[in-house]
Amino acid sequence: MTTAIAQPRPGEAAWNVVSMTRRNLVHISREPMQLSDATIQPVLFTVLFIYIFGGAIPIPHGGSYKDFILPGMLALNLTTSTMGTAVGLATDLHEGIIDRFRVLPMWRPAVLVGRSLADLLTATLCALVVAVTGLVVGWRTSAAPLAIIGGFALVLFFAYSLSWVAACVGLNSKSPESAASFGFIVLFPLAFVSNALVPTQHMPGWLQAAADWNPVSAVTAGARQLWGNPNPSASISAWPMQHPVEASLAWSVLIVAVAAPLASWYFRRRTTE
Amino acid sequence: MIEADGLYKSYGATRALAGVSFSVPAGTVLGLLGPNGAGKTTAVRILTTLARPDAGRAWVAGLDVLAQPAAVRRQIGVAAQDATLDGLLTGRQNLTLVGELSGMRTGQARTRAAELLELFELTDAADRVVKGYSGGMRRRLDLAASLLTQPPVLFLDEPTTGLDPVSRQRVWEVIRKLIGSGVTLLLTTQYLDEADALADRIVVVNHGQVIADGTPLELKERSRSAHVEVTLAEPRPEAAEVIEPLVGGRVSVSADGLRLGAAVDSAPGLATALVRALDRAGMLVDNIEVRQPSLDDVFFALTGAPERESEGAQA
Repeated sequence: MTTAIAQPRPGEAAWNVVSMTRRNLVHISREPMQLSDATIQPVLFTVLFIYIFGGAIPIPHGGSYKDFILPGMLALNLTTSTMGTAVGLATDLHEGIIDRFRVLPMWRPAVLVGRSLADLLTATLCALVVAVTGLVVGWRTSAAPLAIIGGFALVLFFAYSLSWVAACVGLNSKSPESAASFGFIVLFPLAFVSNALVPTQHMPGWLQAAADWNPVSAVTAGARQLWGNPNPSASISAWPMQHPVEASLAWSVLIVAVAAPLASWYFRRRTTE
Repeated sequence: MIEADGLYKSYGATRALAGVSFSVPAGTVLGLLGPNGAGKTTAVRILTTLARPDAGRAWVAGLDVLAQPAAVRRQIGVAAQDATLDGLLTGRQNLTLVGELSGMRTGQARTRAAELLELFELTDAADRVVKGYSGGMRRRLDLAASLLTQPPVLFLDEPTTGLDPVSRQRVWEVIRKLIGSGVTLLLTTQYLDEADALADRIVVVNHGQVIADGTPLELKERSRSAHVEVTLAEPRPEAAEVIEPLVGGRVSVSADGLRLGAAVDSAPGLATALVRALDRAGMLVDNIEVRQPSLDDVFFALTGAPERESEGAQA
């Protein structure tokens, strides 16, 4: 197939990733509406949930809903924002630009890696927006700085892993519009059937089992544990709820390990004729 | 420099190429000419590593396209039929990105981008988002993108399709400048005048096969489609009989009997022979015109289908 001599060198590959990441960031700056998922939506959700549901949802073993919901808000917003990866890739494939990349002597996976890194930066912005909104409405944490950073890293790593799943979806979508529906069909149920917004104790048994093994629950519980926020899931005996940090890292590693090679395989298949 | 040897390619039940072979010597321009759906773009996609043929082999710049695609990509510039640009970036950002992805340093890519924007008269629009460019501007930018690394081999797929006459002329000017710089160029087109104006040699493809190959002049000579028209001073019914043996075909006479027309081989000295014969028969010739076959006539003769039909299919 391809000879080793003409393959881009590692330095060139990294350089290609930088160029592609920058390109995707320029896209975001051109279409600020794309960014609303990462900025306006988290503010709205956080404020709405705290003031509308806050009073109505009792937290088992006590604690304030504000402190309970913030890690959940972070997990919810970062999970749903990975839809952008699917839409962005589907758009690239839909338009002629992909043929331009394919005739250049570039490291082709840079198309995928550059996308995932740009989305990670967007997710980081989203996380900051959620945190600031939380602080404004009264969320507090008593955790050490390292534990606070650890909580954010835990959720961001999970979002990064999910963006590879979104990449697989985008690479298999016929159009950007059908890629967008991925958000509603997969990401919203994933985010909602979890402990992110409500304690799972009141869910029907089968749904509670699903929620307790949902990676979003592990990530949320992990952040709550690291930040010292109310974490009612700690009383649930399912293994991921007993070891939420380990479980969420395991989930993220597993998802990247499966989805990243799969995405590059889909990419090759989609661009072979 | 570019060589295609027995290329076959099908997309599902559609056979795009059925054994296409041609070669483009270094420093020359080949016009790949054919109606829409003839297989031109498929041939370009194979030669530029975008598609793999079902059978056949291809070389670009001495490299096997199938065995060394990554090496081939370092030697080629490609301007595809649908301008392959990033609509959300500015013209300058597009060119810089392509330069960087081709292995240039940012500063180097920026300098080269500025040069090309100047060359293609896009400097004024350089910092506008490409989504707002006209068709002609997009084409020129796409051409510029194909030239960033100054590749020795260029592929231009229908560079003027869909452009208005003014934009078309400007693209032609740019292509002529390129030709002057000594690149090897494969140009596909549906327009015969374009191939005639720009190419050293023309390969005519139709239904995935090469149906003719030669210089524009050879192709014209090969077809028996020159046209001669004689205008007499006064109508003479026997005039048709006088010139019939010379043109070797049917002679049409206008309603007023003054004008005689016939399709002829493009034979040297035909006009002199006709005037002499008519003079000997005592007829006065007011005007005689031998029209060389246009490439349109050639195309018609080769494909048996008027070119208009193919344009209709495109729309």
